[in-house]
Parts: sequence; structure tokens; C-alpha cells
Amino acid sequence: MRVSDEIARGRRKATHAPAVDTDAEVRSGSRMLERPLRVLAKARCWQWLRLASGGAKDDGSEGERGPARVRLPKELTRALRGFDLPPPPYADEVRVPETRSAKAGPRRRSSYFRFRGKRMSGVGEPAWLLAFVCGAVFLLSVLPLIHLGWAGLKGLEGGEAASVLLEAATFAALRNTLVAAAGGMVISLVVGALFAFVVALTDIRGKLALSFAFMLPMMIPPQVTALAWVEMSGPSSPLLKTLGLAPPLGSPQPLYSLAGIALLLGVQHAPLVFLAIKAGLATHPRDGVEAARLSGASPWRVFRDIVLPLACPALIAGGAIAFISGIGNFGIPAILGIPASIETLPTLIFAKFASFGSSTFGEIAVLSTIIASISAGGLLLQQRALKGRDYRLIGLTGARAAFTLGRLRIAVETLLWGTLALVLVAPLLALVASSLVPAYGVPLTLHTVSLQAYGEVLFRQTVTLTALKNSVFLASAAAVGLLVIALPAGYLLAARRGRVANLLAILIEIPYALPGIVLAVAFILAFAAPLPVIGVSIYGTIWIILAAYLSSFFAVSLKPVMSAFLQMDPSLEEAARLAGAGFLRRMRDVLLPLVAPAAGASVILVFLIAANELTVSALLWSAGTQTLGVAIFNLDDSGSSNLASALSVLVVAVVIGLMATLEVLAKYLPEGVLPWRN
Amino acid sequence: MAQLILNHLTKDFGAKGPGEGGPAVSDVSLTLRKQGFLALLGPSGCGKTTVLRMIAGFEQPTDGSIEFGECRLSDAVRVLPPEKRNMAMVFQSYALWPHMTVAENVGYPLKVRRISGEAWRSRVAEALSLVRLTAYADRRPSALSGGQRQRVALARCLVQQPDIVLLDEPLANLDQHLRKAMEETFRAFHERSGATMIYVTHDQAEAMALATDVAVMSEGKLLQVAPPADIYARPEGRVVGSLIGRGAIVRLRLPEKAGRQLDWPLLQAALAGRRSGHGHAGEGPLSDVLIRPEQVHPDSGGMPMRVLSSVFEGERSALTLALPDGQSLKAYSNKAFCHGTEVPFVISGGWRL
Repeated sequence: MRVSDEIARGRRKATHAPAVDTDAEVRSGSRMLERPLRVLAKARCWQWLRLASGGAKDDGSEGERGPARVRLPKELTRALRGFDLPPPPYADEVRVPETRSAKAGPRRRSSYFRFRGKRMSGVGEPAWLLAFVCGAVFLLSVLPLIHLGWAGLKGLEGGEAASVLLEAATFAALRNTLVAAAGGMVISLVVGALFAFVVALTDIRGKLALSFAFMLPMMIPPQVTALAWVEMSGPSSPLLKTLGLAPPLGSPQPLYSLAGIALLLGVQHAPLVFLAIKAGLATHPRDGVEAARLSGASPWRVFRDIVLPLACPALIAGGAIAFISGIGNFGIPAILGIPASIETLPTLIFAKFASFGSSTFGEIAVLSTIIASISAGGLLLQQRALKGRDYRLIGLTGARAAFTLGRLRIAVETLLWGTLALVLVAPLLALVASSLVPAYGVPLTLHTVSLQAYGEVLFRQTVTLTALKNSVFLASAAAVGLLVIALPAGYLLAARRGRVANLLAILIEIPYALPGIVLAVAFILAFAAPLPVIGVSIYGTIWIILAAYLSSFFAVSLKPVMSAFLQMDPSLEEAARLAGAGFLRRMRDVLLPLVAPAAGASVILVFLIAANELTVSALLWSAGTQTLGVAIFNLDDSGSSNLASALSVLVVAVVIGLMATLEVLAKYLPEGVLPWRN
Repeated sequence: MAQLILNHLTKDFGAKGPGEGGPAVSDVSLTLRKQGFLALLGPSGCGKTTVLRMIAGFEQPTDGSIEFGECRLSDAVRVLPPEKRNMAMVFQSYALWPHMTVAENVGYPLKVRRISGEAWRSRVAEALSLVRLTAYADRRPSALSGGQRQRVALARCLVQQPDIVLLDEPLANLDQHLRKAMEETFRAFHERSGATMIYVTHDQAEAMALATDVAVMSEGKLLQVAPPADIYARPEGRVVGSLIGRGAIVRLRLPEKAGRQLDWPLLQAALAGRRSGHGHAGEGPLSDVLIRPEQVHPDSGGMPMRVLSSVFEGERSALTLALPDGQSLKAYSNKAFCHGTEVPFVISGGWRL
């Protein structure tokens, strides 16, 4: 129970340190800022939205002028063929001030917002939208970061924390993190792009099964992946022992290395690249490819000249996600790196947190600053690379492009299924095998096989059942709650560009880019003290985990929604505006149905990632609020690798079952909701 | 029925790049006649679509204003949002909502206005029957051809009974045959609805065939507004002259006191003077003269010109002629000529630009 002891110790200390900070905050009069936070923490996003929209009427243009005489529609309405046309729902006339605008000179817009060339109309969205998104970003991102940064400053003041920068361990961890994340990104890009291009563009058979299987590694928690690979490849692997292939005892475990970490990071994050590219390719009209074929280009040439450049934004975006996820990953380096004394920044922070000292918060803040700057650098590179690559397609996109592989088809199919067998089937078999043995190191034979671990996990250990319930609740609340925030945010960020929009995008990305450990510390700092007004602390309850999840997975939720808004033909919304639909109306009737597939993908992604989450909950859980990730980790750490494997197998089974249920329901769902379907 | 007035309308996107200088739309003033059909004509990039989008409310003018009767729709300070203007638009990409059926697309403006039930159904059915798409009411837009989608977009405008209908190059993506049919549909639509229509196009034949007024724009500026027959007969300036109708612009020395409407003796003298390099009637500054092909006739009493090409177009042949000094003219003729032959032609009239 080493880890859980450390977690408990860290938690005990954490309650004391931040209390001072938050008291200072309250004294300095930030009550107004903190009040909606309670609402959010209670997941009452709807009420907040309603408040926001109700309040907006007062500062909207109509309210300002008072109820003007309805002159316009009376003049304009005609009775044609016996039908009286009722006035548009917003029939009030807006009287423009009598100032002669011709003399007023060009109007100076707020210099912070440059409206984007084609999309905007100075009056596109109501004012409360920006306020709502900024408020959400402030609560989920800025507030915890401020607390963290303040703790870091306090640490630097004493001078103790600054010395961490000069430690050799920090340099080694930084180097390891960069190498592992970059290596993982390359592997993710190669594997993910291969699968995405082949599945989306060629005529191979069994695409659905391939996509389905390829999405699985993403839904399996990283620590489970790592455990499965360790069970598969080590000298004590039940699977290899059963097959008689196990290396002699005492030989090194090849995965306990930087290369092993990079490999597993790559496997873990390849589905992210796959999803990004597949979504990008789905919007390509087939006639672009056909036109290139007719121009005389060979299929390979078409791929190089047309498909690849158009898929470039998706490639860059997918690569960036994979890289940032690799930097923040804790489960894989924790299991593979610690036995080999390979520290990455997240595991270094975890170790610092475990050996809690007077300068811990300062050191963690300093270390996380390094990670934040790496992630921010990656994001800036991504944005620079994406500049000038706004390939928005006009009108409806039809069937997607298809290449005929001919004789190569068998070879490609073999390659893909072989890859899947190696990275998915074999580790899972090893996991199943180790869940069926009664104890660690025992080979799996007909005599040793036992279901005892499952019985233990399902019936005797109430801890695991509580964990399951908690994880399902947290994941669904985070997925739905984030959708409510991500939809307006995605709309706003797609419609506007400029400094504020960029700032918002970066602020949304930061909590996702931060390792879960750092985010958890930030939330402890921000929420340990009782909330103002109600005087109740959410620390130690499930709500602080939910708040941290909302913060952490905002970027995950936003990405598909925002790219859907970006790729939508703006005239679809403009047509709705001319039809008379106000903002909420066209949101409901036109925009939401059009982004529904992306919204569905966003919910599924958040649910699956949140359900498998370990790192944030590792610091924030307490008795009764443990999550599945924590339960698996604790079981494995206490030496019950068969129990951990059994629970992991159950998790994987539930994930597959959930996906299969969705698959059965697919025909009732809007097209494109299920990422593995075409 | 109110008038739409554009008052010194200017739009500057604030492009700072070199070569992007100048506002997209600059000082456009225009009053639309009631229930008129205005064609905004110009080469691509001349700002006509920006004008249309400002009228719709999607763009805010940086200067000037747009007024509709008593009500000011837009100026540099305030914009009445598009959803509050009773306008309709046919987009170049049709902008049909892919998740709604044809009937739902058409009926959406009514739905927003809280019309439902029998009234909704009968009006949608009526609009669909006008564009002859009744049988397609339950299909999705993706199952329609380009022309059918265009007609759905038009029906969506029709059902709303808008005050102003905006059409953004609506025929750009359709084939020739369909264009003719759609032009007819537009004309009927205009007559039956009585709405003011603004039609953006770069095709002058379309503009002339449909519009009650044609406005020619170039590089953000409004060059001329006139009924089609007027603008055809009396274009102002070289740009308008070359955009409207087919015709050749030749440079001739004309006496200063000559009017703008030129007759054959004057032209003959100018051409003869031009040939000899100095001369009696060919005095004065160089002027641009627009000569329409139908003004050039083969006539034994005319001036010999060389036939550069003769293209058979069915009802007649289109000729390209070389003037003695090398400038070229266009002419129509009922009989074909051999390439290279010298034939005497008379120019019955010209228009000084």
C-alpha cells in the first residue's frame, strides 16, 4: 500500500497549506468571482446558463432602447394570396442615433477583437456568450492556476524551490519527458495516420471492425496498458510461461526503458491521431480527388498532392494532441519508469509530492511551469503550422474519396491486423491470463486457472463497486457538463479570432496539458478552504474531482466541437439568420443538429477518458470517492496483480460492451457520432 | 412599399498588406426603385458581394448607411441584425440545411414566425409547387441535383414573403439550359412577389435579361446605374462599355464638338483621318468609341475591312474585323466570309465613352 499511503500523506498535508492562501483570497474581496464557482462545482451549469441568458436582455440592444413602436413590420408585411405574414419574432425597430455616421468616420472596433473576414457580422452573437465562456474559462482554468502560481511564487521567495531547477534530476526528467513524448508522438502519428488513411480512403474489407479495434487502446487506462504489456513481455509473464516462451528469470524487462515508455505512449495515443485525421478526411469531397485523377495523377500522386495537404491540419492537430498527452501521461512512466529509475516530469512531481516537505508546493509549481511552457510551445508551434491552412469547404461534402488497392489489399489488411494483434490482442490476452492465475508468477495451466480474482473484485470488495459507481457518475457528469460549456465556446472561438480568442484557447488547453498531478494540486489549493457564502468545503467530496475533470477535459470536449464549427459553411447560419431565427433559435434548429456528430464524439471521448482517469483522482480521492483508476492502481500496488488484472479485464469488457451497445443503436444516432463508423 | 437607400456606403476590411490597399467598397450611393430588380454587375472581387452582405446585415459598413424607408438598417455604429430584417437570400452554395428535408428547409422561416399546422403545410406546398418540387418534399437536400437545390433555396425565399430578396450569383453553379429556366423562374418570382430584388452576378447577359436596373461596379466603386436598355445604349466609361454587351472599343480622333452619339459620316472621317495619320475630320483628342456588332453592316459603299475570323453561331455568323489601322471590330452577318478577305463595311453608329 505504498502509493496509497503516500497519497494519504500528501492529502493530509495539503489540507493545511492552502487554507492560508484561500483565506487571504476571501479577505481581498474576491467573493463575487467565487460565487458562480459553487454553482459550477455543483454541476448546475444549466441554471448558470439561464441566469446568463436572462441577464443578457438588459444589456441587449433592444432593452436599451425600450420597447420601440413596431413600425417596420406593419409597413413591410404584405398579405399575399390570402396569408397574413406575422411579423418576425424580433419586430422592434432599432432606431439608430441621429448622428450622421458619414461624418463620424470609420468606427473603431475594440482592438482586442478582429472579426474574421467572412464569418462575422458585428452582431453575430449576444454579449452574454462571451461573458459565459470567459467565466467558465476563468473558473476552470485561471482560478486554480492563480492559486498554483501563487504557491510557486511563495516557494521561490524562500529560495528553496528555485534550487530544484538546478538539480540534475530535473534535467534528466526534462530530457526523458521530451524524448518519450516526441518518440510517442512519432509512433502515434505513423500508426494513427496509417490506419486513418487506409480506413478512410481505401477499399479494404472489415473497416468497421478495424476502426472499432483500433479505438480500444485509447479507452483502456494507461496504467492498464502498461500492466498488460509488462504481463506480456516480462520473464514472469503468465502468457509467455504458458506458451513456454518466457525469458529466464532475472533477465531484464525490455519495457523498463525510455524506448518502452515511448512505445506505449505511442500505442496509447495513436487513436487520437486516428480520430483527428479520420474526421479531417471525412469532410473531403470526392470530386477533388477525382479531378486530380483526371489531371493525370497516379493514386500515389493524388495522395501526395491532394489528400496529404488537405489532411495536414488534421495531422498537425493529431500530432499536437499526442505530444501534449505524452508529456502529461503519468500512468505509463509510473509503471515502466520507476522500476528502472527513469523519471519523467510527472513522476518526478509525484515523487516530490510523496516526500512532502516545506518547499514542495513551490517545487511542484516550478516543475509544472516547465511542463506548461513545453505544452504552450507545442501549441504555439501547432498554431503557427496551421496558419494559412484554413481549408474550409463550401457546400455539402459528398461521398469520401476511395482508392482501389487491387492486389495490395491483402498485404495491407495483413499489416493492419498484424499490428492490432501485436499492440492490442496480445497485451489483452496477457491481462486475461494474469487475471486467471491465483497468484503472481504462477503459470496459467488447466490446473491453476481460477476465477477467484473476479469473485473477489465483484462480490467481496465493496471498494471496487463504489469505484465503478463513482467513475461512471464522474465521467457522465463531466461529459455532459463540458458539452454545455464547449458548445458556446466552440462557436465563439470559431467565429472570432484575435488576441482574446487565442488567449481563451490557450487557457482552455493549459489544464489539459498540465499533468493531472499538477492540476490536482491546483484544485486542492483552490478548493480546500470552505466556499464563501455556503461555508462548505468541497474538498474530500466527489465534487472536487468533478471540478478537476471539467477543467482537465475541457480541451478534449472542445476540439471536435470547434472543428465542426470551423468546417461548417458559414452561409448555413447566415441563411437561418435571414429566415428570422435569433441566436438561440438558430443554435437549436440549425447549428446544433449540424454539430451533433461532433458533440456526440466529444461526449464519448470525455466519458471514456474520464472513466479511465487515474492521476487527478489519485490525489483528490478520499474514502468513498475512489475511482476505477485508483482502485486498479492500489490493487496492483499492494501486490494483487491478479485482482488488478481482473478489474482491468472487467473495465475493458465494460468499455467494449458499451461500444457494442452504441453500435447496435447506431442507426438511431445521428451520422458520425460513433468515431469508429464511417 | 419602402425604398432601399444606400448612402455613401463604404467598407474597409482593414487589410494592411501591400497590394491589398483600398477599401472593398467605397462610397456607394444608390436608391432602389420600389419593387425594382437591381442587378449588381462586375468582375469578381469588385465588392458587389460585400455590398450584398452589408444589405443583408452580415457585414457592418465602416462608413455610410443603409436605409429602408424610414428605418435605418445599418451604419458604422449600429446594425439591425439580419434576423430582424425581413429579407431573404439565395446563396451561391444554396445553404440548404442538410439535416432537414426539403419541406422543412422551405418551411423554416415560417416555423421561426410560429406558423404551424395547416397554414404551414399549405404555404410550403404552394412554394414547392411554384418551383415544381412538390414530389421532392420529403427528400434530403443531398439527394437533389444542383438545379433542384437552387429551386429549394428559391422556394425558401418565396415562402417568407420578404421585403428584399438578395441573390448571390445564384446561377453560377448551374448549366446553361437550367440557367434559362431559372431566369424565367426568377422573373416570375419577382412579378408575383413584388419584392425588391438585388441580384449579384458577373454575367451581363443574366443581368440584362432579368433586371429593371443594372448597377456596374469595379474595384469597390459604383460606376453607373441605369435600366438595361439605357446602360446598353449609353454606357459611361471604358469599364462599363466593355462589361455590358458585346462590342469593340476603338480609339479615334474625334472633333471636340462632336456629340457622344456618332454617325457614319463622322466615324468614316475619323477612320480615314486615322489612316492617313493627319487629316481633315480626324482632328482632336483621342477618344474611346464603343461600336456594337449590330452597328456594323456589310455594305458596298463602306470602308474595306479585313475579316480576321468568322464563327458560325446558328442564327448568324460573328465576325472579327480588322480596321485599316489594325484595331479590331466585331460584327454580325447573315452570310459567312472567308478568313482574310477584304469586305466593305458601314458602321451605322457609335457611342463615345
